[in-house]
Amino acid sequence: MEHQTDDSTLVQDYISGDERALEILINRHNQRITSFIYSKVLDRDAAEDIFQDTFIKVIKTLKKGNYSEEGKFLPWVMRIAHNLIIDYFRKNKRMPKFEGGDDFNIFSVIGDEKPNVEKQLIKDQIDSDLSMLIDELPDDQRDVLIMRIYKDMSFKEISECTGVSINTALGRMRYALINLRKIIQKNNIVLTNY
Amino acid sequence: MEKIYSEHANACEVIQAKKETISLLMQYSRALHYLEYKGIPFETILN
Repeated sequence: MEHQTDDSTLVQDYISGDERALEILINRHNQRITSFIYSKVLDRDAAEDIFQDTFIKVIKTLKKGNYSEEGKFLPWVMRIAHNLIIDYFRKNKRMPKFEGGDDFNIFSVIGDEKPNVEKQLIKDQIDSDLSMLIDELPDDQRDVLIMRIYKDMSFKEISECTGVSINTALGRMRYALINLRKIIQKNNIVLTNY
Repeated sequence: MEKIYSEHANACEVIQAKKETISLLMQYSRALHYLEYKGIPFETILN
C-alpha cells in the first residue's frame, strides 16, 4: 500500500519552498473542489475560473505566511471556493437579466427618461408663454433674468456684462421675479404640466 | 419520476480542472514571491 503524505505536511513543505507539494495538493483535491464549484454554478468555464481564483488565494496566503493550521486544509480551501461562488453570483446579479414571464413587463426594466409627446407639447407651450411674460418686464430686469436663468451666468458675470454692481444685479433679479409673479397672478395664468 | 430527478442531473457531475489551469497555477506559484520591508510584505512576480 502506497504511503500518502497528509495535507498538513504538504502544506508545511510548500511553505518551506517545495513547489511539488502544492502540485500534489492541487491534484489530490482537484476533482472534489471543481465538482463542488460546478454543482453550484453549473457552468464549466465559471467553475474553472473559480477553481483558479481559489488556488491563487491559497498560494498568496501560504506564501505570505498568513495560513494558520487551525483546521484542515481542504475545508479551508472549500471555504475560499464557497466565498468566491457567492462573489460570482453577486457579480452576475448586478447585470440585469431579462427573463420573460407572464408577470414580467420589459418596460419596467427599460426606462425612457424623455418626456412623452404630450408632456413635451405642454412643456413647449409653457416655455413659450413664459417667454412672452418675460418680454413684459422692464428691460434691465429682463436682461438680468435671461442672463441668470437661460445663460446660466453668475451674478458677478452679469454685473460685469451690464456695468452695474453685483447688488444691483441681485436687486434686478429679485424684482424681475416679483413682477413676473404679479403678472401671472393678475392674468390668472397657470404654468404647470400637472 | 424520471423527469423530476433528471432536471438537475448534471449538478452531481464529477469534473476536474484542466491540466492547463493547474500548470498556470504552478507557474504562478513559482513566480510569486513576497519581500518584507519594515514589516510590510511586498508582492513580486518574477518572470
